[in-house]
Amino acid sequence: MTSSTTPPGTSPIPTEEQLDWLRLMHEIRSFEEECHRMFAQGIVRGSTHLAQGQEAVAVGACKALRETDTMSCTYRGHGAVLAKGAPLDRSFAEILGKGDGLCGGKGGSMHLTDMSVGAIGSFAIIGAHLPIALGVAHAAQYKGTDDVTLCFFGDGATNIGAFHESLNMASVWKLPVIFVCENNLYGEYSPIASTTPIAQLSDRAASYAMTGITIDGNDIGVVHGVVSDAAARARAGEGPMLIEALTYRQKGHSRADPAAYRPPGELDRWLERDPITLLGQKLASEGVAPERLEQVAQEAEQAVLDALERAKSWPDPAPETRLEHVFA
Amino acid sequence: MSETVTYREALNRAMGDALAEDERVFLFGEDVGASGGAFKITDGLFDRFGPRRVRDTPISEQAIIGTAIGSALMGLRPLAEIMFADFAAVCFDGIANELAKYRYMTGGQVTMPVTIRMGNGAGGGFGSQHSQAAENWLLNVPGLKIAVPGTPADAYGLLRAAVRDPDPVLVFEHKHLFNIKGELGDPPAVGELGTAEVVRQGTDITLVATQLMRHRCVDAAQRLADDGVDAEVIDPRWLAPFDLDTIAASVDATNRLVVVQECPPNGSWGASLVARLVGERLEAFDAPPLLVSAEETPVPYAGVLEELWLPSVDRIVDAAKRTVAY
Repeated sequence: MTSSTTPPGTSPIPTEEQLDWLRLMHEIRSFEEECHRMFAQGIVRGSTHLAQGQEAVAVGACKALRETDTMSCTYRGHGAVLAKGAPLDRSFAEILGKGDGLCGGKGGSMHLTDMSVGAIGSFAIIGAHLPIALGVAHAAQYKGTDDVTLCFFGDGATNIGAFHESLNMASVWKLPVIFVCENNLYGEYSPIASTTPIAQLSDRAASYAMTGITIDGNDIGVVHGVVSDAAARARAGEGPMLIEALTYRQKGHSRADPAAYRPPGELDRWLERDPITLLGQKLASEGVAPERLEQVAQEAEQAVLDALERAKSWPDPAPETRLEHVFA
Repeated sequence: MSETVTYREALNRAMGDALAEDERVFLFGEDVGASGGAFKITDGLFDRFGPRRVRDTPISEQAIIGTAIGSALMGLRPLAEIMFADFAAVCFDGIANELAKYRYMTGGQVTMPVTIRMGNGAGGGFGSQHSQAAENWLLNVPGLKIAVPGTPADAYGLLRAAVRDPDPVLVFEHKHLFNIKGELGDPPAVGELGTAEVVRQGTDITLVATQLMRHRCVDAAQRLADDGVDAEVIDPRWLAPFDLDTIAASVDATNRLVVVQECPPNGSWGASLVARLVGERLEAFDAPPLLVSAEETPVPYAGVLEELWLPSVDRIVDAAKRTVAY
């Protein structure tokens, strides 16, 4: 068992691939900014849970997976679902409650799902999907494929029973599942330290004879490298792994939360370590021209705005669709 | 040609046939493997199909239901056991929030061919936490199908139908019926979803009941016949989908109804049935329909108390006579 903040050796990633990560992170950031705006304007309903600041975890992890691998995430899952390959327009359309939304307008912000790209679900009950990830991994094991499944959850989920049942059974059955805990330091409004007696959540892996590691979740290269490593091990039949990615939720818990409980200076410190900024700085240091970086950002933003415009133009769901899909 | 088997043997046969029929089917749960299950219902299946198809789990009901859901997502046909139906409370989120809603919330992107078997019901002295007829907890959850077999033939037929069905089916296996005997056809019949059985034909009153209460209603009908009352007995067999038509047709003919159920009246299938029939065909009734239920307490342990809690043949006969005499 290892538990460290040092990533294992990572192979160099081609610049074009890293620029693609940057594009995707920009898209997710813009997507969520538009979501925030629309919720504030009352254009969309219910609640929304944004993950600004956590994009490196979503993109770094999903880009370490194959197309046939699967991913499940939480109600704070816009970024993860987009990172796995869901289209921007149909994702917006789902949040807007449109008939051509990913889920026909019956899921909403907290339940974005696109089975066609292996985004098997976003779950709004804390920890509920960890047991489901067991089943997805079990199916791969049962069929003899070497697909893996990745399961995102927040720090708060490590205190719920389903987390412990899932890590235990995944380890006993040697299931090809990668548990990725996005530790953004807050469970809703409560600092993790006030609800959890251990400093490093990855330590919990030790109870289940599982490898656990804590990494810098704002460094996309680290995330990509560690998840790639975990995926290779899972494919080889070596079982599950718990990765704790330290990151920060730049917004409040939900749209109603101004996050006034944060100590002064904390947000500023994390903004300096914004994952998009960090990757931009790294690419610049490796010789990518500032104009190129700016172009990637602008193209991403434009793609988001175009997608939103399309989604807004689409019709509402047909009334009779509310009765469909209860049963097969 | 038919064969006499117990309810337990019928369940075992159904699982063996389902596993043999479809490679996508796998059976899993607590102690279902080499030990053959807490009630020996899975006896021999581990030896026959091996550890890949018949797999023991930790005592982790949430993990069991999640494993069923995730496996179904990827095209398998999980056959999960929750040892006692009371334990459904431990994994209620998985059943009510995830399994039941997955297809709907994803706009039909997935199907959920999951079967969950659960040991159900009172009468065995298991006490308050191992005796409930828990099917009523799930009645208010759209997206679930609910089977409540009361005979060996139905234990086989409904379980086979459940495993073949593309949707989540909860099969409640009544613990107090495990040793009853009945005929199983050759080959045994696979049931049809949402079809009631007219167990006994009669013209004076309709008795509706499932599982243990079905058998008590048959006994009550015999006693009523001795007193000149010809009772029809109907077993719905499925609570969802529910065969209202068969029961409505019977009530239209007998004009009298007594529903007997092994649970308190509030939030029960019997209360729903009475409400629907009264709302839709009040004019069919010559007497107010009666609901004979268990008492409004947890299931007591002591044999004498548990028997008082359960609707007895005497109570059923009494309710039927009052209805006929109304």
